[in-house]
Amino acid sequence: MKRAFLYLLGLGVLAVVAGLWITRPQTVDPVAIGLADVEADAARGEAVYWASGCASCHIAPESEDKLMLAGGQRFATAFGDFIAPNISPDLEAGLGAWTLGEFASALIHGTSPGGQHYYPVFPYTSYARMTSQDIADLWAFMLTLPPSDQPSVPHEVGFPFNIRLTLGGWKLLFANTDWVQPAETAQMERGRYLVEALAHCGECHTPRNALGALDTAQWMAGAANPSGDGRIPGLRRGQLTWSETDIAYYLETGFTPDFDSAGGEMASVIENTARLSPDDRAAIAAYIVALGE
Amino acid sequence: MSRFLVALCLAGGVAAASTAIAGGHAGNPAVTARNAHMQLYSFNLGMLGSMAKGETEYDAEAASAAASNLAALAALNQRAYWVPGTSSDDLPDESRALPAIWEEGSKAGEIGASFAEAAAALAAVAGDGKDAMAAAIGPVGKGCGDCHKAYRKPR
Repeated sequence: MKRAFLYLLGLGVLAVVAGLWITRPQTVDPVAIGLADVEADAARGEAVYWASGCASCHIAPESEDKLMLAGGQRFATAFGDFIAPNISPDLEAGLGAWTLGEFASALIHGTSPGGQHYYPVFPYTSYARMTSQDIADLWAFMLTLPPSDQPSVPHEVGFPFNIRLTLGGWKLLFANTDWVQPAETAQMERGRYLVEALAHCGECHTPRNALGALDTAQWMAGAANPSGDGRIPGLRRGQLTWSETDIAYYLETGFTPDFDSAGGEMASVIENTARLSPDDRAAIAAYIVALGE
Repeated sequence: MSRFLVALCLAGGVAAASTAIAGGHAGNPAVTARNAHMQLYSFNLGMLGSMAKGETEYDAEAASAAASNLAALAALNQRAYWVPGTSSDDLPDESRALPAIWEEGSKAGEIGASFAEAAAALAAVAGDGKDAMAAAIGPVGKGCGDCHKAYRKPR
């Protein structure tokens, strides 16, 4: 009897250990993903920066300086309040002391340099599709930004969501780098890369399941606004009737086809998309109009 | 009894009439004026935007006129219709103007001033060709977005 109990206990411990092993925070191998070979270019990195919308979440609350990534904005969700950290290149308060490999592990696997899981409020499930070239370029650009010594503030997340180890299971269930939509032309591929990887549009425009993972069966079908007010509109055909030109123009100027203008969070997004090349805005528009009903 | 019925009918009629008015355009006059002002921005921006998008042919004279209207609208003194007591909290059914507009630290005035500058800059170049006009619409759109980002309640 006692022996059977010990046997079961041993099995249980083994299962937990195996589970923790399987769901341990992953890191990149800089050589395997080619990071070591790419020639980083900060100027190209600036374009990646605007396309990826880093500033929208990481500038200080009320700040207009889209290059000072001091953090501090609060994001209220069903799981608790997340407070964006300082990601300026400050050596102490920011990520100035990180290596390129650590930066890539954060973007691709949601793993911190200290080997902890990040919460998916940081859209690494989208950034996981980034190319090594773009990661290296972005890193080079971010190191040129002004440092802020504003300390990061811990998230205010209750039990059981405050146990970061559980995020390994979440990632195992929900993180994958498959493309959601098909892309047949070069323009569609570029649009898909911008929408699904860099600009992470789906993070707001796609509904989430009870565990906060994107429901890709309802890709871009619109969702509740996690911060309360209003609803984030669906972009599928039938929901959004704008032409390709209309969408590209909206991303450039914020003007809708009837010349109302973007407000709320989308106005911040437009500040980023306004800085993309016209070709990139056109590629996003091509992707959006190709979404099904 | 019949007098009572007449009174009842009259009261009913008055109630119906006032409901009809409320359902029409007899909202808060300040909010109505603001909406009309926005509508005029939108109409004139639409003239310019459809040329910028290539939906209508660029016409220097029409572009100049629309941009001048826009600049004139932006320069109007609107103080009388941006009055306290007309926020989305005060008038939830008709106003989307967030209370923060009237609170300390509000940047609405500043944003309005830089919007007026952008509109004037657009008016100055709108007749100089499609590309010059299209480029100058950007800062105007930024002005719209700056205010709508912080101070307009999302639908």
